[in-house]
Amino acid sequence: MILVWLIVLLLAAGPVAWLLDRRGSQWPRWIALGALAIDLVLALILWTEREAHVSISNQGMWLADLSAPWIPRFGITFHLALDGLSLLLVLLTIFLGVTAVVASWTEIRERAGFFYFNLLWVLAGVLGVFLAMDLFLFFVFWEMMLVPMYFLISVWGHEHRVYAAVKFFLFTQAGSLLMLIAILGLMFIHAQQTGVVTFDYQQLLGTTMDQTVALWLMLGFFAAFAVKLPAVPFHAWLPDAHTEAPTGGSVILAGLLLKTGAYGLIRFAVPLFPDAAQAFAPVAMALGVIGILYGAVLAFAQTDLKRLVAYSSVSHLGFVLLGIFSWNAIALEGAVMQMIAHGITTGALFILVGALQERLGTRDVRRMGGLWATVPRFGAVTLVFAIASLGLPGSGNFIGEFLVLLGSYRVNVFVTVLAALGLVAAVIYSLALIQRTFHGSANESWTAPDLSTRHLVTLGAMIAVQVWLGLYPQPVLDAAGQALQNLHGFGEVVAVVSKG
Amino acid sequence: MATEDFIALLPLLVTALSSLVVLLLAAFHRDHELVAVVTSLGLTVAFLTLSVSAGVAPRQVTPLLLIDTYAIYYAGLILVASLAVTILSYGYLTKQEGQHEEFYALLLFATLGAITLASASHFASFFLGLELLSVSLYVLIAYVRTDVRPLEAGIKYLILSGTSSAFLLFGMALIYFQSGTMEFARTAALLAGSVEFSSTFLVGLAMIMTGVGFKLALVPFHMWAPDVYQGAPAPVTAFVATVSKGAMVALLLRYFVEIAAFRSEILWWAVAGIAVLSMFAGNLLALLQSNIKRLLAYSSIAHLGYLLVALLAAGPLAVEAVTFYLTAYFITTLGAFGVVSVLSKPGDESEAMEDYRSLFWNRPWVAGVFTIMLLSLAGIPLTAGFIGKFYVIAAGVDSSLWVLIVLLVVNSVIGLFYYLRVIVVMAADERRDVRATENAQALPVSYADGLVLAALSGCLFWLGLYPAPLIRLVQTIQRGLMGS
Repeated sequence: MILVWLIVLLLAAGPVAWLLDRRGSQWPRWIALGALAIDLVLALILWTEREAHVSISNQGMWLADLSAPWIPRFGITFHLALDGLSLLLVLLTIFLGVTAVVASWTEIRERAGFFYFNLLWVLAGVLGVFLAMDLFLFFVFWEMMLVPMYFLISVWGHEHRVYAAVKFFLFTQAGSLLMLIAILGLMFIHAQQTGVVTFDYQQLLGTTMDQTVALWLMLGFFAAFAVKLPAVPFHAWLPDAHTEAPTGGSVILAGLLLKTGAYGLIRFAVPLFPDAAQAFAPVAMALGVIGILYGAVLAFAQTDLKRLVAYSSVSHLGFVLLGIFSWNAIALEGAVMQMIAHGITTGALFILVGALQERLGTRDVRRMGGLWATVPRFGAVTLVFAIASLGLPGSGNFIGEFLVLLGSYRVNVFVTVLAALGLVAAVIYSLALIQRTFHGSANESWTAPDLSTRHLVTLGAMIAVQVWLGLYPQPVLDAAGQALQNLHGFGEVVAVVSKG
Repeated sequence: MATEDFIALLPLLVTALSSLVVLLLAAFHRDHELVAVVTSLGLTVAFLTLSVSAGVAPRQVTPLLLIDTYAIYYAGLILVASLAVTILSYGYLTKQEGQHEEFYALLLFATLGAITLASASHFASFFLGLELLSVSLYVLIAYVRTDVRPLEAGIKYLILSGTSSAFLLFGMALIYFQSGTMEFARTAALLAGSVEFSSTFLVGLAMIMTGVGFKLALVPFHMWAPDVYQGAPAPVTAFVATVSKGAMVALLLRYFVEIAAFRSEILWWAVAGIAVLSMFAGNLLALLQSNIKRLLAYSSIAHLGYLLVALLAAGPLAVEAVTFYLTAYFITTLGAFGVVSVLSKPGDESEAMEDYRSLFWNRPWVAGVFTIMLLSLAGIPLTAGFIGKFYVIAAGVDSSLWVLIVLLVVNSVIGLFYYLRVIVVMAADERRDVRATENAQALPVSYADGLVLAALSGCLFWLGLYPAPLIRLVQTIQRGLMGS
């Protein structure tokens, strides 16, 4: 039941926040924060119970499982389940949700009720995506994230918000509908073979089908996930959406929505069609490397701070794609690590850029420079996350990228060398960001207040998590590894490597 | 006729009786409110008697009408939609000058025609129902005589509808010439052994499709739709878009299932062509509109195209998909035009896109209803429209209509674009616009209108979140139709 509560709590808090807006604009943000705090506690309870659960029943795949009939006509069930992978991402979701609320604390003054309503509903959708084990239910949550996100961008965004919001919606919707066709195709093939009409994930695993059919269906799923991830060349929506969204929206977009794409690949695209995915792996790895290099080069060329961070996301998510399709345990665990670390680093960078924009009224790097003297705390914290983002040892990103490269090296040396070049490029654009913004001569004499205590506490927590991921990643790798071993398709590979 | 026959006909009888009562009331005691209440009561009673006639269903009443679960379901849909239109019309007409009592009598006649269509099992009742519906609509569309555009729309509808009826009659004549019967069931029996239709029969079917295509505003018979949608009073537009089209779909589905029409490949390809054209023309032309009523007109052309895709899938799932999709389409279309109707000012319908600017901040509830209706039309989950679209795609995938399904998906994305455009306008910031302050001073929504919109929104979410009961019902209907 705890899984349902995680989602229902956010769904219920949304309308309450909206309605209480009339009582005063401080109500919505406190309600949002409260709901997320309770969720965080629930998720932490699940985390602490995890080890006990693993030792008791080793054969059970799920840490928590819940299923109820929903639409019997098509064998659709309301099936939520949680394993180590889901748990990590649920924790990330709630944690970033809290930071997004805090980041929006003073930025959102207009229609705060509706803002927090949308924020909570996006988060509920993301949680649902990470927990749903029925393909229909998964699709419903997948789409549920879109509409509130669309509103977040189009109402509270910056200059070109409407353009960015519509572009975001159309790109993701096109991918989603292809996935819907693939889901239905899979369901009917399964029904023809077994006579059982079902959308249940576990029952659909291992459906045998013609190789070409499997490839087409896999591509249907891949389309939706590649748009979200985003893999080049489906990334065109991302820079616009991330740049125009309000800070809280950017944090959720970069930190969470992109991860739903990666999660979908790991959970659905590969296990449901292992052979087709393996055949497709070289293409996907190539796309990953192209993303790494392309994102890094473009990030360096940006003069808009938010765009710079957005393109760095394209680059970092390229590592995730590479890791998933390198098809071995080390790279896969690296991909999961990279997802979590990138969520926190990029979330923090968007908070910092957003706060800077709130103070200066611009995101243009050319108008900045020499800001360290004015806002030293800003400079210091940004530096921490910039070097985390470039993958310096001691950060979670380092662990993630290192493991991905280690894994992919076994598969393809050439690709790995190219991907490693991305790390070099990351150093250049990350340090250039610091140099152009905080050092050098001041182009305009800004006077601005430094980071507030509220921000310092949030960012401090994010630094703590980041350092923990960098220094002691074992619990995360254990939790992920446990889940990855149970995944159909990956499972055999992962098990062999772990033993060896 | 036996007593059971009358019991089976009760919903039609009650509707007919109510229209007579309304006419007499209009003749002796003109009172807009009273007439509206009587009409609503009549429709409610007719709806309640459906459960009584369900007790004797399925029953063939004369060779003309077949009252089975299928007919009863569609009659229920039509009656509820008419009730919603009645309530919305009351709110709308009180803002207009002139006398409005006859409006309700015509509305009841049109409803009667629609129910006749849904239960027709004979060309005679088909044509009777169609003409009863059409003739009432000529007047309803042009009811607000003080303005030029309703009159223009009425004339346009009259001429084109007359022409299409002529085609329809000729088609019926050809089929009668070929088969010697006008009953659907006997036609089917005569055709039982044949693999392909004879050419005369096919020409007849093509002409019938022309007539039906006109009513459903399918491309290339769609020319009237945008003008009539725009010119007619908003509640009447809602009626044209839902009841009139729904009754026709009910008849088409029944006829095609009965005679197993898609055994003919030529016919299949023709209908597929119409479906593809309707989807693309509807959605692409909707992109160009800056008038909400025209936009919804083109969008409904596209939606009927989606519906044809389900029809083409054939088989049990197709019947279910069409019925479910149509139900969802009824709810959302009524809701969307209901909002247009509620926002209308005396002598000025809120149809320009600009009338909706910043609506979200001035009138959040109305804008909220409009938003969810548009999202449902776009097929976003948690709404009835999504389950409907899911059903259609499922039917298509089941019959391996991959090309049609991919085209449908492409169209959904195009459709999403213009629905979003309306939502963007509604969410625009009011401080940057003068028009918005004008909109803020609009009339308040009446209690009855609010109730209709709330009920429609409730149905929308209910079907979107928990469609299982309706799916079960739709399955029973399908079994009744395919079994008989």
